[in-house]
Amino acid sequence: MPLDKKIRELQEKREKILLGGGEKAIEKQKAMGKRTARERILTLLDKGSFNEYDLFVEHTARDFDMQTKSLPSDGVVIGTGTIYDAPVAIYAQDFTVAGGSLGLMHSRKITKIMDHALKMRIPLIGINDSGGARIQEGVDSLAGYGEIFFRNTLSSGVIPQLSVILGPCAGGAVYSPALTDFVFVVENISKMFITGPEVIKTVLGEEISMEDLGGAWVHSETTGNAHFYAESEDQCFEQIKKLISFIPWSNENKARPFEPAEPLKDFNIDDIVPDDARLPYDVRDVIKAVVDSSDFFEIHKNWARNMVIGFGRIDGNTVGFVANQPIEMAGVLDVDSSDKAARFIRYCDAFNIPIITFVDLPGYLPGVDQEHAGVIRHGAKVLYAYSEATVPKITVIIRKAYGGGYIAMGSRHLRADFVFAWPGAEIAVMGPEGAANIIFRREIAAADDPDKMRKQKVEEYKAKFSNPYVAASRGYVDSVIEPSETRKLLIHAVSVSDNKSVFLPKKKHGIPPF
Amino acid sequence: MTNRELKIEELKIFHCVYKTRLSDKYRKRKLYQPVDPRKIICFIPGTIVEIQVKEGDHVIEGSEILILEAMKMKNRIKSPVSGTVKSVNVSKGEKVMKGKLLIEIL
Repeated sequence: MPLDKKIRELQEKREKILLGGGEKAIEKQKAMGKRTARERILTLLDKGSFNEYDLFVEHTARDFDMQTKSLPSDGVVIGTGTIYDAPVAIYAQDFTVAGGSLGLMHSRKITKIMDHALKMRIPLIGINDSGGARIQEGVDSLAGYGEIFFRNTLSSGVIPQLSVILGPCAGGAVYSPALTDFVFVVENISKMFITGPEVIKTVLGEEISMEDLGGAWVHSETTGNAHFYAESEDQCFEQIKKLISFIPWSNENKARPFEPAEPLKDFNIDDIVPDDARLPYDVRDVIKAVVDSSDFFEIHKNWARNMVIGFGRIDGNTVGFVANQPIEMAGVLDVDSSDKAARFIRYCDAFNIPIITFVDLPGYLPGVDQEHAGVIRHGAKVLYAYSEATVPKITVIIRKAYGGGYIAMGSRHLRADFVFAWPGAEIAVMGPEGAANIIFRREIAAADDPDKMRKQKVEEYKAKFSNPYVAASRGYVDSVIEPSETRKLLIHAVSVSDNKSVFLPKKKHGIPPF
Repeated sequence: MTNRELKIEELKIFHCVYKTRLSDKYRKRKLYQPVDPRKIICFIPGTIVEIQVKEGDHVIEGSEILILEAMKMKNRIKSPVSGTVKSVNVSKGEKVMKGKLLIEIL
């Protein structure tokens, strides 16, 4: 066979490169509880679906004796494959090769697969595990990051972009994940920060461990930079696969429908919500009582818990849920929960996913810290996101909907397509206690027993205004429904909205209160 | 992962008391304290390189009272009020943390 020798040569070359940074470096990687770049891709993607490109790419650096060094594949693996038969483009930085540092060719490989993903309109998954810029390549390395950020921005809202942090991701490198749609972190493995503990110690004298500064839990719970937290790489990959099953390939598609399934019997919608608006319950139980198979895929589970967001399916079709969470901070709107809801609404809108909103909130969180943190600016994002969204918007008012909170949470006034209210809904300018204190201030002050009078006036106000019927009489609420009718009506609303078409004024883009 | 408090507590919003869990951020929030211009507080960790006043000195608003070096910058700290120096709580060359009371003016 004439090509035998050349084929053998190719096989040998491949074999050598596929070893990445060599056995010693691989051993080190494993000792940290990490898989190698190629192992990660092969574990995540459908078996046998991965095709790697640019295996033979070499770096071009000539300074600092770099010409004598060989860096297999220049420290990053790129290619395409499938997840549950959905096509994806993927790159994974290889920490065993020069610490996964980003040089010119390394960045060109990443931007090549990014361009490919955008052109093919398929999701992009980036696995980050890198010590940062390759210092020897100087400004070329910075240029590389810039080219990546630019493409992240152009692809935003066109194709889903997922960032998986499976190692260090520090300095400028953090901005690629920050520009993408979803960030995944893993306990003890992920580290993200702009300036590390050492610099912080020298400059500011503050001492902090890497884990406490930018570990997985910090980004999952405190900063909100990460959307999904996992305890192992395996759990992380399961989360990625599940997410891919819920979202469309691009903004030109709809999410693939699933076989419809009834919610589980464990979630009885009539028994979840207490009648007294001051008592808590877990709104996720309400969501689980209406979605197919009670399968609710929560996003940002640990951050700003007073707002719940995530995906589920209604009669087989993907929908996004936005819900106040009464068991956490009474479900108030504040700086973080506003950011959380607003960005998710925009995600759903960009990717043709109907939005279902469950409302039960006392309003905005009072406090100097909130006012000074800019709750005006942040709260405005929710109004903006709902108003701008043209996907089907379905709102269910479960209980309290007071004041500005009522307007913000997907109200008719921000162009909800369907507004349903449960019979226990209280749609009013404020809670009965506050309203009675203002409206009947004089009567209460003049009474022989002010406390008794206050209670009486609160009851009067409740009877008259703390219900859904005033709003329904104006047409702000379309139907007052029994809780048990909720799923049926959601299925109906989603199905009749399939052809929804609205036109916004032509513009280059709006100026949302970022 | 950290163990968080799952206790149901009370949160008062507009005259109404709700039963709910409180977030760590809410628990740890700093209660607002009005700024007292007579207390010169260190706003950035650094080193005192110069002290231009001593106890009992009279200072006028805008006069330089000390130099705080931080992040390679020498910050000239000026008195926001006129008055008498009540106390100087640092010495030349001392490393100071953010929030430390440096000088108090009566």
